[in-house]
Amino acid sequence: MEIHVQLATRSKMFCACLVEPGAPPNERVCPVCLGMPGSLPVINRRAVEFAVRMALALNCTVARFTKWDRKSYFYPDLPKNYQISQYDLPIGAGGHFRISTKEGGDRTIRIRRAHLEEDAGKNLHEGLDHTRVDLNRAGTPLLEIVTEPDLASADEAYAFATELQRLVVWLGVSEANMQKGQMRFEPNVNVSITEGGREFRTPIAEVKNLNSFRSVRNAVAYEVDRQRAQWKADHGYTLDQHGKMNFGWDDVRGVTEFQRGKEEAHDYRYFPDPDLVPVLFEPDWLSEQAASLGELPQARQARLRESIGLSEADAATITADRATSELFDTAIAAGADGKVLGKQFINFWSAQANAKGVSIAGLGVSATRIAELAKLTAEGIVSASAAAQIAEKMLGNEESPTAIANREGLVQVRDESATQAWVDQAIAANAQAVADAQSNPKKKQAAIGFLRGQVMKLSGGKADPKLVGELLEKKLSE
Amino acid sequence: MAAPIDEPAVRHIAKLARLQLSEDEVRRYTAQLADILGYVQQLAAVDTANIEPTSHALPVTNVLREDVPGPTLTPDQALANAPQREGNFFGLPKVLDQEDA
Ligand SMILES: [Zn+2]
Repeated sequence: MEIHVQLATRSKMFCACLVEPGAPPNERVCPVCLGMPGSLPVINRRAVEFAVRMALALNCTVARFTKWDRKSYFYPDLPKNYQISQYDLPIGAGGHFRISTKEGGDRTIRIRRAHLEEDAGKNLHEGLDHTRVDLNRAGTPLLEIVTEPDLASADEAYAFATELQRLVVWLGVSEANMQKGQMRFEPNVNVSITEGGREFRTPIAEVKNLNSFRSVRNAVAYEVDRQRAQWKADHGYTLDQHGKMNFGWDDVRGVTEFQRGKEEAHDYRYFPDPDLVPVLFEPDWLSEQAASLGELPQARQARLRESIGLSEADAATITADRATSELFDTAIAAGADGKVLGKQFINFWSAQANAKGVSIAGLGVSATRIAELAKLTAEGIVSASAAAQIAEKMLGNEESPTAIANREGLVQVRDESATQAWVDQAIAANAQAVADAQSNPKKKQAAIGFLRGQVMKLSGGKADPKLVGELLEKKLSE
Repeated sequence: MAAPIDEPAVRHIAKLARLQLSEDEVRRYTAQLADILGYVQQLAAVDTANIEPTSHALPVTNVLREDVPGPTLTPDQALANAPQREGNFFGLPKVLDQEDA
């Protein structure tokens, strides 16, 4: 898999033009990114820092010495007729990254390299008989990440893509908005088929510029099927015969489309860019960068699973984004019980966030108030279902959950005499259930459950279920 | 030592550069490029056995700028030398899709 990540710098990679997707055409350009003769590129420090942080997070070895190379090709969106990239000395190399598989295990995907380069401009020709070029995007910093061929299925490609996006956003090195093209995936797909003791490998299809997770999965799955079928029809359809080919992805029709074969392959003629001097990293600075990465999402997810006992899926939901997982940790530090808080994050906070189209942190409810609600629940002051109602009323104001519970009459009644009165009333009104509970072993559990429900109903949902259970049992055994 | 410049090499480079050359031009550029490269080839005579390879002639590293946006050109300035202008876009004959980055 090859991935391009647009780094979240304010200015471009080699010039001071503002990076602003959606700006009017050709208003974010200067002599450098237009490739004017005599202009000179200067490296954006922040882009280098972002690249190093990402390389470290991918467990890459960061080069002590890295340099810049010109990758020559000719296309209207590339004003200099070369792209500044990194060829033989990328910033990061030899890393690895773990993904979870559908089956519940995990796999390690090796990272071949991570290097910095500049994005091209945009050609627009939809519905036109000519081409228009907007160079606003030209020179935007890109981090290109290349894996080793370790992804074994469409599902693994999907898992890798989503997990990588979580890491990128977590580190703040990119907004990684797929629709905006800030993260683009290019899977290289081929199939190994063994027949009659011989191994055949189909030609590699590089599917260009996928910008949704779904299209990553669908394009890989489509290519696997297509290549298998094509090889079945013609055993000469092999990598040896055809090499590598480029395909585009038609998301509407759900098919790949051939773009070019190996005979048209590029000849990039890489050579060191004489306009840019190398970058040397001091070991101390690299250690500082590594130390400041903090706990990464996978480690945090594992910690929530192991120390609190959350399920893998719940821990993943809570660590989907950094702010939400920090909100969770802060609420725990404020005294919330981990298990109760985990349930509330999954059961209602995430539902409310989804309904509003934000993350849980994006709901804007403070950790203190979130912790207080969890505490009220853990202490039995409010029931789990009352907590959900209180949570709804906590949005858009600063009222404490305790105040809301009092105002809305959602505080559980733990007064024994009041509860006893509801229990007596329920028992008096449901003779059949009482008889079943007392003398029909088959129906006993259901009858007790029914009676408990009647008591809760009489209390208007405010009775403490635990106390109700105790009093019911006592009364029935009298 | 790099491969010598011959006519197939010039045709290949011209194709990469999207240049259409006549047969006469192919011959002329082959000779010119061979002359230039032959001239530079004199450097091969220098004994570099004990010299550390470098990627740059200057002993300078880490020239970086802060990530601070600066002035840009106006579209009129940016498009002033464009052979063809389409509103605030550069205009060109239709090209086929070919994504690269
Ligand atoms: Zn610029």
